Amino acid sequence: MKSFLPLFALMAGLAGPIWADTPAGFIQSYSTEAARTQPGFRADVARGRAFAARDWGVSDKLASCTACHSDTPSNPGRHAVTGKTIQPLSPSVNPERFSDPAKVEKWFKRNCKEVVGRLCSPAEKADFIQFVMGAR
Amino acid sequence: MKTLPIVFAAFASLPAWADEARLTGPLLPAYKTECGSCHTPFPPGLLNPGDWKKTMAGLDQHFGTDAALDAKTAGQIGAWLQQHAGRTMGRSPDPEPRLTTTRWFVREHREVPARAWQDPRVKNAANCAACHKGADQGQFGERELSIPGYGRRHDD
Repeated sequence: MKSFLPLFALMAGLAGPIWADTPAGFIQSYSTEAARTQPGFRADVARGRAFAARDWGVSDKLASCTACHSDTPSNPGRHAVTGKTIQPLSPSVNPERFSDPAKVEKWFKRNCKEVVGRLCSPAEKADFIQFVMGAR
Repeated sequence: MKTLPIVFAAFASLPAWADEARLTGPLLPAYKTECGSCHTPFPPGLLNPGDWKKTMAGLDQHFGTDAALDAKTAGQIGAWLQQHAGRTMGRSPDPEPRLTTTRWFVREHREVPARAWQDPRVKNAANCAACHKGADQGQFGERELSIPGYGRRHDD
């Protein structure tokens, strides 16, 4: 049994399952992950804002994060196709945000695929949450 | 004799009325979170069983979006939709079923002016909450109805 432990530790380290239940916890978790390939990585509000506003040229109507979420995280957004109101991203007005790792990972996966055209990197996720937290 | 037409009228409208009763009712939590995040969690009675089946089978290309679910969630939502599907709504004529093109939907909304459909606040015929203010909570009564640019509607 003992000999398996390092293997488990290695697998856990590589797969890096994100576990956090607070916005700061998510930023830290994604930043730690990002620092593996970018030593000294620190999440950044301005980079996160630019990322959120960038037109990725993948989807016509869902061109950027801000196309649906608005450029002010404390404001409600609106789905650019269906018109449905989207609750604010900012945990300061919507405490449900960034509290459930499964939900956070699910929506990053779905929305990144749709808007960015690929999965987002841990660094991008950390920056994005930092932007949501910083611009309150 | 005089009451006969009334009785007939009551029977004639029974199926539609029965389906309207299906517009309210508790929504499956998984349906509300998975489907209702991007659009109104539509009352399941708005599409017939066959159209829901088609919809669930094509989630990976759902109106231009990959809305695929894991097998367990898809199974749960699919079964619930079959159980609560509408029986008299008519079939959507679109290859990808749209609940806004069924006979029932078109008839129910025939009095809505064309201009209201084009209002930017409406954006999309499936944006129920633009007029049905309680749509996201499953409320579709006349009391919650207000058409952008036209205001509240008083029906008979």
